[in-house]
Amino acid sequence: MNRHLLSVEDLTSDDALHILDTAHELSRITDGAIRKLPTLRGRTVVNLFFEDSTRTRLSFEAAAKRLSADVISFSAKGSSVSKGESLKDTAQTLEAMGAELIIIRHGSSGAAARLANSGWVGAHVINAGDGTHEHPTQALLDAYTIRSHFDKRGGNLSGIHVGIVGDILHSRVARSNALLLTKLGASVTVVAPPTLMPIGVESWPVNVSFNFDEVLPQLDAVMMLRIQSERMDESYFPSEREYSRMYGLGSNRMKLLKSGSIIMHPGPMNRGLEIASAAADDDKSVILEQVQNGVLVRMAVLYLTMGGPQLISEGVTP
Amino acid sequence: MSLVLDQNEIARSLRRIAHEIIERNRGTENVVLMGIPTRGVTLASRIADFLASIGSPVSVGTLDITMYRDDIALRPPKALVPTELPVEGIQSRDLVLVDDVLFSGRTIRAALDAIGELGRPSTVQLAVLVDRGHRELPIRADYVGKNIPTNFRETVRVQLLEVDGLDAVEVGER
Repeated sequence: MNRHLLSVEDLTSDDALHILDTAHELSRITDGAIRKLPTLRGRTVVNLFFEDSTRTRLSFEAAAKRLSADVISFSAKGSSVSKGESLKDTAQTLEAMGAELIIIRHGSSGAAARLANSGWVGAHVINAGDGTHEHPTQALLDAYTIRSHFDKRGGNLSGIHVGIVGDILHSRVARSNALLLTKLGASVTVVAPPTLMPIGVESWPVNVSFNFDEVLPQLDAVMMLRIQSERMDESYFPSEREYSRMYGLGSNRMKLLKSGSIIMHPGPMNRGLEIASAAADDDKSVILEQVQNGVLVRMAVLYLTMGGPQLISEGVTP
Repeated sequence: MSLVLDQNEIARSLRRIAHEIIERNRGTENVVLMGIPTRGVTLASRIADFLASIGSPVSVGTLDITMYRDDIALRPPKALVPTELPVEGIQSRDLVLVDDVLFSGRTIRAALDAIGELGRPSTVQLAVLVDRGHRELPIRADYVGKNIPTNFRETVRVQLLEVDGLDAVEVGER
């Protein structure tokens, strides 16, 4: 396993399966009487969040605490960053306080790789979302959730058809998932209005569709993406109502779903926009399972990156 | 590598350990076994077979101690193995831990921590096939198949039919 987790591109399918298997074993340990493991006792993990986040930050925090690590949480709002401190100075300050692993979310694509590879700090770096680039732990937890539903535990995801629907253009979740799921053998179709399809999507290992109704009946897992109003300037589609009618998962589309299929959403949901309450609260919805699995997968990632000999001040990805 | 225990001697050691477990616990009514992966699990099930043939059957579990090790920052992370409790649990039982080689004692320390999270056995006892000395912690085994005095440079290799395709304990220079 690598020193850092920056992108799913750095993972081989064996690496990814090893993370998922480790998460599965952790689920068996923590299902029972054991709530907390002493594995990372006395080691310090920092949540360095330059963008707003609830579930990812809390999920990493819960994962680190279940492994007995000490967690320092940092959000850029109301901190020295708003006084103009640079990423380098912030990270070095945190390392001087004993941080051995930095979980970073940043609005700029490539921020995590910059932090890991510039030699500023010797700590491990985990990318918790960088701009519109990647969000590897989200893709891992989605792969874990899909695997647990289609009884492919131990194996890969071959034969599973996953649809990723919505704002592909701005979505790091879509990007990481498309790369990881295909790497694990699933076939992936991305569905979006032409304005929300990224340039160069032809080079992704996925099928591209603009017609949700046509694709929906073939899908084993349908992953609805959030419309990211904070990255939008209102001109990508005419109205929310039109988007919802064309690309939302509403009660009218529920009957097109294959039996045994699952509905996923990385959260937070815009109920009534990309997903209706009828879908989000349906029996097929695994949205809360995704949250539970997120903690397990992040525990596995923390254990696998922080385990092993410490190469302090090496600062370079092998 | 020189052979220290062959197949028959391993079997004899385990049968003797089974007798000692019965003697010490005055029967096996309250006894459960837990093996430490990988070879401790195999040894535990063999001891259970001997116990079943001499006295009464006991149940066997496995105890993964990976997450309790104190050398996580020193070695590459290991894959996790399921922990399976014996069917009747470990609460108020006489729990016999089984491992292949007793060396520094750190594995057993980790195992004791793991057990503490799972319940409170009335006693915890330790059975090992080989005790090679060089303890780094105040830990001793209750049942020992064979004491093998070694120096630090030597390695002890335990091979078992179910895992390695043959039964042998060998000692050699590293």
